[in-house]
Amino acid sequence: MAETKAIMLVGVGGQGTLLASRILGNVLLSAGYDVKVSEVHGMSQRGGSVVTYIKYGDKIFSPVIEKGEADVIISFEELEAARWLPYLKKGGKIITNSQQINPMPVIMGVQEYPENLTEKIRAKGVDITAIDALSLAEQAGSSRAVNVVLMGLISKTAGFPEEAWQAALDACVPKKAMEINKKAFALGRGV
Amino acid sequence: MAGLMLGNQAVARGLYEAGVEFVSSYPGTPSTEITEFASTYDKNEMYSEWAPNEKVACEAAIGASFAGRRSFCAMKHVGLNVAADPLYTASYTGVNGGFVLAVADDQGMHSSQNEQDSRNHAIGAKVPMLEPSDSGECKEFTKLAYEISEQFDTPVILRLSTRVAHSQSIVELEDRKTVRYDYTKNPRKNIMTPANAKPKHIIVEERTKKLREYAETSPLNRVEMFSDEIGIIANGAAYQYAREALGEKASYLKLGMVNPLPVKLIKDFAAKVKKLYVVEELDDIIETHCRKIGLDPIGKELFTFIGEYSQTYLREKILGEKNEFVQLEDTIPVRPPVMCAGCPHRGVFYTLKKLGVFVSGDIGCYTLGSAAPLEAMDTTVCMGASVSGLHGFNKAMRGEYEGKAVAVIGDSTFIHSGITGLINIAYNRTNSTVLILDNSITGMTGHQNNPANGKNIYGDPAAAVDLEALCHSVGIDRVTVINPGDLAETERVIKEELAADAPSVIICRKPCALLKTVKHNPPFKVNKDKCKTCKACMKIGCPAISITDGKAQIDNTLCVGCGLCTQMCRFGAIEE
Repeated sequence: MAETKAIMLVGVGGQGTLLASRILGNVLLSAGYDVKVSEVHGMSQRGGSVVTYIKYGDKIFSPVIEKGEADVIISFEELEAARWLPYLKKGGKIITNSQQINPMPVIMGVQEYPENLTEKIRAKGVDITAIDALSLAEQAGSSRAVNVVLMGLISKTAGFPEEAWQAALDACVPKKAMEINKKAFALGRGV
Repeated sequence: MAGLMLGNQAVARGLYEAGVEFVSSYPGTPSTEITEFASTYDKNEMYSEWAPNEKVACEAAIGASFAGRRSFCAMKHVGLNVAADPLYTASYTGVNGGFVLAVADDQGMHSSQNEQDSRNHAIGAKVPMLEPSDSGECKEFTKLAYEISEQFDTPVILRLSTRVAHSQSIVELEDRKTVRYDYTKNPRKNIMTPANAKPKHIIVEERTKKLREYAETSPLNRVEMFSDEIGIIANGAAYQYAREALGEKASYLKLGMVNPLPVKLIKDFAAKVKKLYVVEELDDIIETHCRKIGLDPIGKELFTFIGEYSQTYLREKILGEKNEFVQLEDTIPVRPPVMCAGCPHRGVFYTLKKLGVFVSGDIGCYTLGSAAPLEAMDTTVCMGASVSGLHGFNKAMRGEYEGKAVAVIGDSTFIHSGITGLINIAYNRTNSTVLILDNSITGMTGHQNNPANGKNIYGDPAAAVDLEALCHSVGIDRVTVINPGDLAETERVIKEELAADAPSVIICRKPCALLKTVKHNPPFKVNKDKCKTCKACMKIGCPAISITDGKAQIDNTLCVGCGLCTQMCRFGAIEE
């Protein structure tokens, strides 16, 4: 029996975590797994901290992931990686975009954006990889393609055939944005 | 064919396969996507519409049921309060074509103003309620709901939760089958005067007994026997959490029909296990039923009435097991939702804060005007309460606050239930000032067209409410339209209308910055030599502006060139 695996996509409302979760969900489904994806819609999407849970295995019951349960956390922003760190399972892995987006308390000058978060997470013994997905997305033609750059990066280590990823892109990405997103995926996969 | 579907999408698929021909809803998180997905089907087969509010949606669906067609409406939990009036009496009339109402509760209040348990409405209205626990069940239960509706001559409520509505899981697709009934005039069934309603109430009570018998053997309720040490009675998402937390260490009675509840099925299950738990989010409805039938399960003495459960929560409560995790010592700043860069509401709330007025708030994106740094809101209760509440506030204050209090309400919310409050302001006369924040869309729920923006659910041209003429026609003489992107004009007009010795409406008209039809200007830049770090630009709370290395800085990936900040800067430091 295949063990249940849990992946979290975390970021800031508007960064495209929903599209990324759809792509990942499609790939897992084509690999024959039972899959559940839990999303957040509505108010928290307005620039707030957002999270999507993806679980797969032979049979999935709960769609949510709790503290200490995620095998992989894919973070679209550095502070969000730190915020959701407690959700990582012992021995789990974090992949984060190194981009920093100031939350309102920092913008207002009430709080500081903590420094060296990636290093501090690593010092806790956590396997964390940081990449500049924003630059790669801009290189692909749009700063909004950060989500697909990260999917490209994940595709390398996740162990599913590249054709499955390309098919998922075809199924999930709007046609007019396809060229930029294919480029973004290739750049992420090339890291 | 099978695919991943959101729970809401699966409900829409279920409607299609069940042969539903009429769908009418008002958007509300987490129910909105049901109707959005329903509108993607051929409208000649299954017609969909956005109604002005949930009561209208429910009544329209009842009308379609009278016509002999399978009909549907969807809403969030608080929307059911608005639709409760027609629902409670439709319970007496029963149906011709099957009628199903979907309600989505928001355990955890991800996007809601309260955490009410809609099962109470099913009990109150005396109608059956089904509750799926994943997308596959969303589709199956939707179809079954129509059979129950027609077999028992009753509306059926389909209850969802945020987790079920907004989780994707696998759904198998089947073909559509249309079911239709002829319309025949039947006053005793369909006219609820006291003379007709009295015998109907007797029928309703008999129907509940029959439905309870149905619940004893319905495929909606199922027993999964593993260990007899622990027995779990659970519904909806809570079943999934329990199943994951305890696996085969427990046995389960999964209740897919949550009203009315079976008696024998529950007693038999209880007799087979050593320790009985009821795991239900929010209210203690199954537990109370268990006590009524003489059982003594462990329920709310152990589990909370508040928020969402999870596998971890249940594992800790039942087995005493906890997950290990790591965290940083740093304080992680919170990231609350904020008004978007370029939001047309920002200038209004900046001005209201500057004027220091009492702000009677309402439900929508603009409720974010209550958050720092704008903090320009005093009250928020429910859809429409801004307008009616301001009238009561002003009356009770005997006019003292009329020059320093306003109501703010969005275009869609104003149509939903603000207009009746405005009629009251004119009729019972307070010199209240109402700001309609007209951004030409229902924003917070993700951009649905509404009766004020001239487009229907399909994006086709439709009649648009003329807000100015509407306000005039109910007796408001002072109606002014302003551009809230112009701070000087906004302040001048609000001051003028507050000072006026008459009720007034200010329509703040500027489309939502996220609308695809809105053309944006290029992002602005800060000229660092001119910036004096006075932080005046920070007062509007724009997420694109921050102070970096002692100077204001504009994030060019967020800025949409609305120019509000340029009106704040006295040194001309913000340039194109």
